[in-house]
Amino acid sequence: MPTREIAGKVVEVDAEGFLCNPNDWTKEIAEEIAREEGIEQLTELHWKVIEFCRADFKARGEPPTLRRITKEGGVDTKTLYALFPKGPAKKVARIAGLGKPTGCI
Amino acid sequence: MNEEKQRKLAIICSKGSLDMAYPGMVLANAALMSGIEVHMFFTFWGLDMITERKMDHLKITPLGNPSMGMPNLLSILPGMTAMATSMMKKEIAKLDFPPVREFLQMIVDAGGHLYGCKMSMDMMKLTKDDLFPGVERVLGAMEFMEISEGAQIIFI
Repeated sequence: MPTREIAGKVVEVDAEGFLCNPNDWTKEIAEEIAREEGIEQLTELHWKVIEFCRADFKARGEPPTLRRITKEGGVDTKTLYALFPKGPAKKVARIAGLGKPTGCI
Repeated sequence: MNEEKQRKLAIICSKGSLDMAYPGMVLANAALMSGIEVHMFFTFWGLDMITERKMDHLKITPLGNPSMGMPNLLSILPGMTAMATSMMKKEIAKLDFPPVREFLQMIVDAGGHLYGCKMSMDMMKLTKDDLFPGVERVLGAMEFMEISEGAQIIFI
């Protein structure tokens, strides 16, 4: 796996830029990946989603589906798409330092 | 990350049975989750998916459906369609897929566009008021051609 430096830390990433090891993740890494994804500033609501995803991943071993984020994570579909526009599924997972999501919903 | 041309998907839904309603919605939602622009055109029996008094009652029948493995002679018995429908709804819920109305609302909230087919609506004596409120407009086939310009098209 290739490595790259994000926010001053050298981490392993896959071909699409997802962190290979979720434990490498830091808040600074999230901020830098968010900027790469076109989100200049992570707001409180962004963090709410990111923290839900990380906690859910820890509990269940896979990145949550968007359906799970809207049902259990406390943000509705409209808000989620406004926070992470143009393809929220991969963006959320990438910023949260999780692997590429495989769910269909 | 990388600048790409905006990908666009047009899905034509022409079937009104429960099993044929889901493929279009799953693909539309997957496209939206991936940042792809989505237009869904409901024509003929597909209109049942967006007709207020029908959309919550779509059914699947084992009759004449070889995939379900039930002999046709049994499938004609009263209650078989209801039974198959209730079984399928349970399986759908197990996978965490929402019912039709909620699924379409999700697609609309995610920025997807829904359209009713004018000709089919005329034939079935339906007006825009009979449709799910998330439906954006009623279109003729030629207008659909304009909207779907440059899109990848899926016919279901």
